[in-house]
Amino acid sequence: MQFDTPATTNPIDRMKVVGKPIHRIDGQLKTTGRAKYAYEWHDADIAYAYGYPVGSAIAKGRITSMDTSAAKAAPGVLAVVTTLDVGDLKKGQFNTANLFGGSQIQHYHQAVAVVVAETFEQARSAASLIKVDYAEEKGFFDLEVAAEKAVKPDESQEPDSAVGDFDAAFRTAPVTLDARYATPDQSHAMMEPHASIAAWNGDEVTLWTSSQMIDWWRGDFAQTLGIEKDKVHLMSPFIGGGFGGKLFLRVDAVLAAFGAKACGRPVKVALPRPFIANNTTHRPATLQRIRIGAQRDGKITAIGHESWSGNLPDGSLETAVMQTRLLYAGENRMTAMRLAALDLPEGNAMRAPGEAPGLMALEIAIDEMAEKLGIDPIEFRIINDTQVDPENPERPFSHRDLIGCLKLGAERFGWDSRKAPATRREGNWMIGLGVAAAFRNNLVLPSGARVRLGSDGIVTVETDMTDIGTGSYTIIAQTAAEMMGVDVDRVAVQLGDSRFPVSAGSGGQFGANSSTSGVYAACIKLREAVARKLGFNSADVIFEDGNVRSGNRTVPLAEAAGVDGLVGEDTMTWGDLTETHQQSTFGGHFVEVGVDVVTGETRIFRMLAVCAAGRILNPITARSQMIGAMTMGVGGALLEELSVDTRRGFFVNHDLAGYEIPVHADIPHQEVIFLDETDPYSSPMKAKGVGELGLCGVAAAIANAIYNATGVRVRDYPITLDKLIGGLPDVA
Amino acid sequence: MKSFTYERASTAEAAAQAAAKNSGAKFIAGGTNLLDLMKLEIETPQHLIDVNGIGLDRIEATPEGGLRIGALVRNTDLAANETVRRDYGLLSRALVAGASGQLRNKATTAGNLLQRTRCPYFYDPNQPCNKRQAGSGCSAIGGVTRQLGVIGTSDACIATHPSDMAVAMRALDAEVETVKSDGSTRSIPIANFHRLPGDTPHVETALEDGEFITAVVLPKPVGGKHIYRKVRDRASYAFALVSIAAVIQADGRGRVAVGGVAPRPWRVEEADAELTKGARATSGILLDGARPTDDNRFKIDLVERTLGAVIAEAKG
Repeated sequence: MQFDTPATTNPIDRMKVVGKPIHRIDGQLKTTGRAKYAYEWHDADIAYAYGYPVGSAIAKGRITSMDTSAAKAAPGVLAVVTTLDVGDLKKGQFNTANLFGGSQIQHYHQAVAVVVAETFEQARSAASLIKVDYAEEKGFFDLEVAAEKAVKPDESQEPDSAVGDFDAAFRTAPVTLDARYATPDQSHAMMEPHASIAAWNGDEVTLWTSSQMIDWWRGDFAQTLGIEKDKVHLMSPFIGGGFGGKLFLRVDAVLAAFGAKACGRPVKVALPRPFIANNTTHRPATLQRIRIGAQRDGKITAIGHESWSGNLPDGSLETAVMQTRLLYAGENRMTAMRLAALDLPEGNAMRAPGEAPGLMALEIAIDEMAEKLGIDPIEFRIINDTQVDPENPERPFSHRDLIGCLKLGAERFGWDSRKAPATRREGNWMIGLGVAAAFRNNLVLPSGARVRLGSDGIVTVETDMTDIGTGSYTIIAQTAAEMMGVDVDRVAVQLGDSRFPVSAGSGGQFGANSSTSGVYAACIKLREAVARKLGFNSADVIFEDGNVRSGNRTVPLAEAAGVDGLVGEDTMTWGDLTETHQQSTFGGHFVEVGVDVVTGETRIFRMLAVCAAGRILNPITARSQMIGAMTMGVGGALLEELSVDTRRGFFVNHDLAGYEIPVHADIPHQEVIFLDETDPYSSPMKAKGVGELGLCGVAAAIANAIYNATGVRVRDYPITLDKLIGGLPDVA
Repeated sequence: MKSFTYERASTAEAAAQAAAKNSGAKFIAGGTNLLDLMKLEIETPQHLIDVNGIGLDRIEATPEGGLRIGALVRNTDLAANETVRRDYGLLSRALVAGASGQLRNKATTAGNLLQRTRCPYFYDPNQPCNKRQAGSGCSAIGGVTRQLGVIGTSDACIATHPSDMAVAMRALDAEVETVKSDGSTRSIPIANFHRLPGDTPHVETALEDGEFITAVVLPKPVGGKHIYRKVRDRASYAFALVSIAAVIQADGRGRVAVGGVAPRPWRVEEADAELTKGARATSGILLDGARPTDDNRFKIDLVERTLGAVIAEAKG
């Protein structure tokens, strides 16, 4: 099915199941420990072996020799496979850094060997016996230095944009802001580390892994191993968090495959926690410059946003300026991004890539500009709202209610109690309120599904869609239940298996809308099959209460299925509605903070998010996405930074003691409100995503609240107490 | 983790003797730090002597009016003890400011004193570290140092001691009681227990090979207000950037120790005498000779400010 005209009334609009607050259908499996994650697959009849990786001790250079003799002689060791043994491998389509193979070292903790042994402990112990000699080369690890030589990226990446005459408009604007901001490298730091089990059967391999994107992984896994894609069976039914860190094939899968081949047994490999920071991908740091010019009435006349980020050769930009092309009006505009060569580990997508760090800067700049103008920051955003793409005014937003989010949020949060900076004090707490806009585009990807109707009336959905903790199982079950007119407990959902139709996967907040649309399409096919079988005219068939009805004839669905059952399969593809109409999600984040006047410690007192994101498929799972993202935003604002050792070229704080993310004590009551809306341009579901929207703008709202509390403006994240303490009142 | 042999000791003396027989042995109690370090092969004991069965898990009054805390008393139990909460509130507050509930349930009094630094370079076996491998050099100096020490450090090591409990013990003038493998016992004032790094940062305490901590003894209560203020980046489960342990009397006199700034709980007795003059005077002496880095210079200011708040709180 191709979605190329706006949705009209369809079975989803009944909202008998979709839109209802249904607890996640896989919840009990998870709370009772029966949901099997990648490393946990265990068949008592199979003699699994255990692989442990060895990471490069240098950041750049090449391996001159490796001595594996001691490791091979260690107790329990079955095989040692080194990067030299396997030689140069073809890189996956979606990988920037080489995962394994050859002598070149591109970054710290790049995998150089795997040791396979009878037990995990034996493998780990033997891994430390491998001796590696390196020829180290000089690398570049400091973004501030490398940014001076940053270049305009090639045409495969986002080009500069310009409308009107930015320079002239900025120069002549009566009120201007020209400020620089910095966001650090961040780690996905998901609970479940990357983990895989590989088992060969002849020239075919089965891989249990932790992947957000089954088909991308399958293709890149085959390409890296030099085998045909159809020889790979990949399964990833449960994933303990990804945040973008599991979008692209990772080395645990590759090492498990080589290890299993070498020892002739299925091999399990999990990446040790320090590898998450330095072996896998991370969100790249940015340096940003924002210039805004406005008339005294608050109307923006010039807006410019530039960003510098670094990456390995062939790596991508952190697209931090993208939201600035769309979020606010202004006749004269420019954006530009430059890419610096760095020899740190690969930078790549992390939850809301581009928008998350971009809004961390832009939404401080908007707050600063509002203050310069003497206009309330919400009013300033309303003045500069736009219902069309500001770079391309004939292109409207499909639906945009940023103003509604901000106004409702202001009312609910008590925004009118906000005081002038550094004037509200309760005991040692300096208290402030902050606001920021949330913005993230609605992306859609093709998504397929197969839906079976069994003779028992059970509807079974099969798709290679993944559930990374987001609630995919549940919203897919709701979609199929709504379409087939059954209760949600009559639907079984099977995900994350490469034998199923290729789906959108999980990423870019495209998963929920795309994958349920694919299920919608497959259900349309199944409904047609049911109608055909019963001799009904499919146009007037109603699926309701477990029955199929046409005119005055009603047949139970199970009966319609017959003994052999029926199947519907289809893939939702997308026309040009995302081109003719700008499709985005919107929100307002409101935060109250306290800053200790003595120590500069910031604690969050209250958080509210109001979102306009199309139809909410399930308010429980959507809220969970939001509050999780808001929590991540607190980390981004106050805690998270991969600290770069610019001499040795690695992220120093590569464990969860050093890379601090919020704990329960950091997070107050969080309130989430979804505006009641639909977007018929987005899909037949009329839904969009919320998984990234929840993060977008949070950190800036906190930064703005800290400014309101203290009068200290920090433009470089995270906002730790050492950046505040010099500006706090003298208390001695 | 390297393979190791394992035994259970039944008495403190037996534990010390077992350690004398096995060079490269370690005692294991709660294991909350040791096991992590063994997994990373930062600690590679060939033999573990499990001391969880030796008793020494009681808190008893001493004839001098103080308190003897058995080496195996868990942090949770120590923090919750009624006498500790009444007479040594500083200690209870420091304990609950540290780690997490789960860790405090396992961690012991002696083990807490012996926990090792959280310097990230110490934790990465690819990086030179004089504490991990004597003479290999210090990669932290000139690197990422925001968490690291500002005073008492050396050109060989700028790591800090991570304990909260030990800072309170230092302010309370605790003594560490031990037994050696020959059965002899001694009592080490906490001021002498942790060593400064100098040229030998791998030598962290005054303990001899195989010497076993049996108890920590607190002198009789000193009264006053007991305040432990820990400053950290997140609200819980984080090591101190700076912590202040203070006992302050009604007349403003008192004693203060500082955590998060030095290779050991940091106290300068002459600084105590300045408490009546205020935080600036006191911290000026406490941190005299400090050698901060650009990344951790804020700790100097932070100590003074936090101490000021502690003094104000004591008055209020």
